[in-house]
Amino acid sequence: MSTSSTPDLVAYDDAVARFDPVVGLEVHVELNTATKMFSPAPTEFGAEPNTQVDPTSLGLPGSMPVLNAKAVESAIRMGLALNCSIAAECRFARKNYFYPDMPKNFQTSQYDEPIAFDGWLDVDVPANEAGEPAFTHRVEIERAHMEEDTGKSSHVGGATGRIHGAEYSLVDYNRAGIPLIEIVTRPITGAGPRVGEVARAYVATLRDLLKGLDVSDVKMEQGSMRCDVNLSLRDSPESRLGTRTETKNVNSLRSVERAVRYEVSRQAAVLLDGGSVLQETRHWHEDTGLTTSGRIKSDADDYRYFPEPDLVPVAPDPAWVEELRAALPEPPAARRRRLQGEWGLTDLDMRDLLNAGALDLVEATVVLGAPPAAARKWWTGELGRAANTRGTSLEELPVTPAQVAQLQALVDGGKLNDKLARQVLEHVLDGEGDPQQVVDARGLAVVSDDGALLAAVDEALAANPDVAGKIRDGKVQAAGAIVGAVMKATRGSADAARVRELVLERVASGA
Amino acid sequence: MTSHSAAELVRLDASAMAGALRAGEVSSVELTQAHLDRIAEVDGPVESGVHAFLHVDAEGALARARELDAARSRGEELHELAGVPVAVKDVMVTRGMPSTAGSRMLEGWVPPYDATVVEQMRAAGLVTLGKTNMDEFAMGSSTEHSAFGPTRNPWAADRIPGGSGGGSAAALAAFEAPLATGTDTGGSIRQPAAVTGTVGVKPTYGGVSRYGLIALASSLDQGGPCARTVLDTALLHEVMGGHDPRDSTSLTDPVPAVVAAAREGARGDLTGVRVGVVREMGRAGHDEGYQAGVLARFEEALDHLRAAGAEVVEVGCPNVEHALGAYYLILPSEASSNLARYDGMRYGLRVVPADVDPAEVTAEQVMAATRAEGFGPEAKRRIILGTYALSSGYYDAYYGSAQKIRTLVQRDFDAAFEQVDVLVSPTAPTTAFRLGEKLDDPLAMYRGDVATIPANLAGIPGMSLPVGLAPEDGLPVGLQLLAPAREDARLYRVGAALEARLHAQWGGKLLDRVPDWTAASTTGAPA
Repeated sequence: MSTSSTPDLVAYDDAVARFDPVVGLEVHVELNTATKMFSPAPTEFGAEPNTQVDPTSLGLPGSMPVLNAKAVESAIRMGLALNCSIAAECRFARKNYFYPDMPKNFQTSQYDEPIAFDGWLDVDVPANEAGEPAFTHRVEIERAHMEEDTGKSSHVGGATGRIHGAEYSLVDYNRAGIPLIEIVTRPITGAGPRVGEVARAYVATLRDLLKGLDVSDVKMEQGSMRCDVNLSLRDSPESRLGTRTETKNVNSLRSVERAVRYEVSRQAAVLLDGGSVLQETRHWHEDTGLTTSGRIKSDADDYRYFPEPDLVPVAPDPAWVEELRAALPEPPAARRRRLQGEWGLTDLDMRDLLNAGALDLVEATVVLGAPPAAARKWWTGELGRAANTRGTSLEELPVTPAQVAQLQALVDGGKLNDKLARQVLEHVLDGEGDPQQVVDARGLAVVSDDGALLAAVDEALAANPDVAGKIRDGKVQAAGAIVGAVMKATRGSADAARVRELVLERVASGA
Repeated sequence: MTSHSAAELVRLDASAMAGALRAGEVSSVELTQAHLDRIAEVDGPVESGVHAFLHVDAEGALARARELDAARSRGEELHELAGVPVAVKDVMVTRGMPSTAGSRMLEGWVPPYDATVVEQMRAAGLVTLGKTNMDEFAMGSSTEHSAFGPTRNPWAADRIPGGSGGGSAAALAAFEAPLATGTDTGGSIRQPAAVTGTVGVKPTYGGVSRYGLIALASSLDQGGPCARTVLDTALLHEVMGGHDPRDSTSLTDPVPAVVAAAREGARGDLTGVRVGVVREMGRAGHDEGYQAGVLARFEEALDHLRAAGAEVVEVGCPNVEHALGAYYLILPSEASSNLARYDGMRYGLRVVPADVDPAEVTAEQVMAATRAEGFGPEAKRRIILGTYALSSGYYDAYYGSAQKIRTLVQRDFDAAFEQVDVLVSPTAPTTAFRLGEKLDDPLAMYRGDVATIPANLAGIPGMSLPVGLAPEDGLPVGLQLLAPAREDARLYRVGAALEARLHAQWGGKLLDRVPDWTAASTTGAPA
């Protein structure tokens, strides 16, 4: 039967009521090493096409691979963080297939001897909008293996940017040979209707884990983390696994969940219509939220794997592996629980903080001396808005945790009030330097010198004799107008409470 | 200032040339020019010349020679071989100089980088004359599979010079170059040496960097030196050898002291050396296909070894009889993958199929058309074999089984080397066959490598050196020496001792008897 004859979708809730969904995820992560997997070519993202290359990454005749030791270290650290066993010895293999963006027409990868295998990752799935509670799901990791990325083809002309209908194609080999780690889960069972949320939470957890390890930029939007979603349905958790589809290049957290839900609905429709799911790769369409049929997977896919004869086996020294294990950072989930407790945050506070991507920044700010509540307020409030306005992430804002900590210290020391502090922060974001420098340069400190204030108070009273009279008559609340005038005259730099005291004193003393 | 005529100059050993350069008797420019003149005299035309060279870089060679002469006149300390010319097999990439590996596929490609061995030779002051002819991508035993026409054997113009490195061997035998480089995947250095009366060494696997050597079968390929004497070969070996961080399979050991071993061996004393004759390589009961004159010269060489004090015994390596079959699974498998990159997408030949609308042509169609036109029949044969052998469901039966045989061959050699210091055999079962004779019978061609292939499977070093002319056809016969891995020096010690005795017997070198090229157009007369 043809894959294009998918009957109408089955509503998601009906589909998961009828079938048990099983998801599996293959995540490719580009390492942030300075050089490529098998050559000294640089790896800068976004460079001019075909400038980050050398004979080996172009696959020139005679060129040979040399394994990047830093990439092996990163792979092992990832494996350890995923609770994997690390291979005592493992080899690379050649995966042979022809494609213009593959310089050698084989990819040097690992086949049956991955560097890391048999691990797991506990995934915290948050409460959802339907009010279903948070829970933790253990995802089993089958393997994590090393390989090299391919180049990138772009198809010029034609309507879609796809190869079909293009006038010509260009290939950029800058990406060819960038170190990749592919992390493959075992089939994730037992998630039931919340399978999409589990898949999404797994990818998010993995992303945070890798970020914490500082082995990758893990930017899904730039392709440094890429996700393939395998999905199958079966009658019940006791049944054998059904035929799976592999949806390629699902490259955002939200899309992971959407793609899972779409495939659940689509496969349920196929099955309930009496059809059978084809084992195939499918394309994900971000704009429509649909998957479409790609290539039929069959025995015709023969990559003719054999051990890479140009490389020697990788045999990491067990003592070194133990050193790497001992030096691993605290896992993100444990860290989150610890910080939530230390900072006394509610679950909701914590979720907001995480959603804002502010955890690292707040922690750094706290480490530099700011009270947790204040640090959180700055990063999720004022700076969150600034990031929105500028269309960047918090991390990309031109302000450091150290500057935020300094700003808060000025507030706590009475040098700035809230309003002034916000102004100072604006100037910091405009590149005027540290908060203290802005305060000094712009004279924005709170004015608490009574002499300077008294002159302003007297001036305001003199300018508003009727108000002064009301105060003298006991209408103390009328003092607000004078305070406001003084604040305006001092461009907000005065301590309003002190101004009020001075106004009352001057009126009482008959000024 | 020269005291040598050009004709005399080109017949000197490389070590003698180096001595004359040091003594100021000749300049590198004169020496280089003499070789360029010799090349101009005998190498062309393609239809009837020796055709050892695919590319001659006269200008570059003379410029380099001038630099070296200037450096010498400034009193700079130079390598022993500085100023001596070398011919480079076209499988080694040379920056700015064509490197085709004998294939139409790479015609016109000019590499942007040098192979490590090319860098090393340049650093030593060797003057690159040009690039030598070879079977396409080093697949063949006759150089007839070169896309650019065959090389002729300087001993007889209608005979093959061996292969794949027939160009390098012929250049030596025709006095077009005193030194040359080769690569040996199953005998491509040793068999051409045998059939041209020259010396060639396949070092221990990993002893010479493969970086910049256009790959045929990565686990078997090994670069090595070719020359006219054992000492010259050793001198070049020490230039080419050594660890290369750009080749992960490169040995980290220091280069073996092969020059010292050759000098020691030249004294002719092999007392205490145990020599094992490999039973399965031409001894009684295993001599099918071996030419009588080859076996006769080999026996005489054994007598010389005994006379030098060596103890000669027969040893069995039973699994070498399976080596040929294993080799012709491993080699095509690796080759099918190594040659996949030649697809017209990035460099070299690009063929757009004529029967497709150019606006509709796909990358796949260009790849297929390029490979159909760019590869010769032998390359295609091996790519198809290898693709099949690696296919899902066949891997274990073919590639997997071949690797097991490889292990058995290694074990045989390990056991043999517990009894003896070196192994010997005829290098090739026959002398040079006639051009065209085996072109239509690939298996017959393959069988000629039966004695050389086992060393590649085992990764051990091997040498071929001339031991005389076969009485029936007057063509050179080679003897193969094999030593344990990393014991390359043993080849040179034993080889130099045998060479010294043979030279004494002959009253000179075998190549002194190579006919003048213009007279070498016929063959078959007994020597």
